[in-house]
Amino acid sequence: MSVLSVRDLSVTYQTTGGGVPAVRGVTFDIDRGEVLGLAGESGCGKSTIGAAILRLHAAATKIEGTILLDGENVLEMKPGRLRAARWSGASIVFQGALHALNPVKRVGDQIVEAITTHQLAGDREAKVRAGALLEQVGLPPRRIDDYPHELSGGQKQRIMIAMALACNPSLVIADEPTTALDVIVQAQVLRLMRGLERELGLAMLFITHDLSVLLEVSDRLAIMYAGKIVEEGPAEQVFHHSRHPYTAALAAAFPEIGDIRFRHRPSGLGGDPPDPQDIPPGCSFHPRCPKAFEDCSSVEPHLYPAGDGRRAACLLIEGALASAKDGAR
Amino acid sequence: MSDEAAAVVETPVSDRPVLEVRDIEVNFAGRIGVFGAMLGKKAADAKAVAGVDLTLHEGEVLALAGESGCGKTTLARVIMGLIKPQRGSVLYLGEPIKDLRAYRRRVQMVFQDPTAALNPRQTIYEIIAEALRIHRIHEGPNGESEEQLVARALSRAGLRPPDRFYLLYPHELSGGQRQRVVIASTMVLDPQIIVADEPVSNLDASVRGEILSLLMKLREELRISLLIVTHDLGLAWTVADRVAIMYLGRIVEIGPAEEVLQRPLHPYTKALLAVVPEAGGVDRPILAGEPPDPTRIPPGCRFHVRCPEVTTGRAAAAGVEPKCTGEDLGLTELRPGHFAACHLAAMGGPAEG
Repeated sequence: MSVLSVRDLSVTYQTTGGGVPAVRGVTFDIDRGEVLGLAGESGCGKSTIGAAILRLHAAATKIEGTILLDGENVLEMKPGRLRAARWSGASIVFQGALHALNPVKRVGDQIVEAITTHQLAGDREAKVRAGALLEQVGLPPRRIDDYPHELSGGQKQRIMIAMALACNPSLVIADEPTTALDVIVQAQVLRLMRGLERELGLAMLFITHDLSVLLEVSDRLAIMYAGKIVEEGPAEQVFHHSRHPYTAALAAAFPEIGDIRFRHRPSGLGGDPPDPQDIPPGCSFHPRCPKAFEDCSSVEPHLYPAGDGRRAACLLIEGALASAKDGAR
Repeated sequence: MSDEAAAVVETPVSDRPVLEVRDIEVNFAGRIGVFGAMLGKKAADAKAVAGVDLTLHEGEVLALAGESGCGKTTLARVIMGLIKPQRGSVLYLGEPIKDLRAYRRRVQMVFQDPTAALNPRQTIYEIIAEALRIHRIHEGPNGESEEQLVARALSRAGLRPPDRFYLLYPHELSGGQRQRVVIASTMVLDPQIIVADEPVSNLDASVRGEILSLLMKLREELRISLLIVTHDLGLAWTVADRVAIMYLGRIVEIGPAEEVLQRPLHPYTKALLAVVPEAGGVDRPILAGEPPDPTRIPPGCRFHVRCPEVTTGRAAAAGVEPKCTGEDLGLTELRPGHFAACHLAAMGGPAEG
């Protein structure tokens, strides 16, 4: 059984200007010991999915579909059960480690608080556990009495990771955990997260816009565009042999040093991601797609098997056009 | 490989230096609280830039790379005349800068965040025209009107047809379009040099390439020189003719992009290249520690405390360790056009990495 199983998830934000469909029917699974990388540009809905899993959205936000966490539907949990599931079922590491910590509280106490709030241990026991967690994330235990301002950005992010692990969750959601960090510190944190994931057999949902980071940490990759997954499969396959033109364009933004195809030739896509309130008909990517043909503006593609355990939502995939037209009929 | 890559694209780089930075040093005064001062404490100055020489040629793209705090942005600001250095000088076309206003017309800056760089209450036309008005330019060199100059700048920056954008406000544009407006507002003054501080790091991945292509096109068509400050070595590989690597206020390696990025000489450059994310790369060596503190610069080679050559004892084995820990050094040309500041590399140590 998968740790996380998301089925046909849709999230619609309510604004004064009407509903904004940020996520439009997304399905994926994450198994124990697996890292799923979720990539896409700002506004594609990737962070919305992360927040939906923990039901962190405002009450007015409409969430449809099912989110099974360890077999239990998060969307049907009663408030008390939900509170318990947060941190102990699934925890989240945010981008802004610098702002996510309470500045007037010692970092150790903040970890202890997470443990005692969930009544997993008493104060003394929790303190011992906090020390052990610090060691696990590569910080000297004496840092337990430090205030956040005494730590560097990388160290603060390590504290956030320790906190996320405090209640032994089966799923960790990491939303741009290394984006604010320097390249070398980023590499250190990525290695730590990958190591912990292997050691503890965690399931991890790793959300970022940086495809090169995902390539390094993920087992599988899912690429989002305009609220939908457009390609999904083994990380290296998706990155190096993408079947969706959008994935290919995104991958080209992270050139490999030494690859002469990129030398003096920056490549990009024309246009911008669509406004979620005004998504183009047919394939939502067709106005920017270098390979678009006539049917793309009217026929909406779904995820089709694209070989090597991959699925891609593109009408250029063999048999896709026929199957999409059948489905529409 | 490097010969092949050079042959692929003909770049319009000439030998004529347009900008020379000579021995720049910038210190930021350390701050200390009231109580600290009463206790007689003294704050150490932060040496942000500690003696940097740099030359930018006509039509050249030079990438200046390093971690945060290495001084790359400070150096860019010195070049723009936004920070006065404690020592050293900036020469434009071989002359020291006397008239800052005239200089700023020829040397323009593009900042990281286009949203912050644009006045939200001005229309796009006003934003572009303001640059002309500040420099009291009422007509172009061939008698063009202000509107013609604005229209030309917008369309050079890829915002076409230009009049469609005149009355829009920045919030009505996407991130990529905003950065194009920033670029248009520099282009309207017909600059010779553009200093771009992380010009695409705030933009979405698919839009980045477009902005970089635009900058490349401007340098090809107008022979503009570009100094691009970035932390992204992949970007440097895509656009730069030469790459300079900064560490703790110094340039520690500089040379043709193919050389520096593919055959690095300095252990710090090697460490930076090692952390460029790649598949299955989790097991490669990663430099320990955090970016260093510019208020406490170690003696000797300023990188020696983090240098893998020193910590693994390879420098000691080569007999060069006393120099690493005790002797400061500058850049030495170790290969044609390729300079590095490393005692071990200078004595022909493990050059390939």
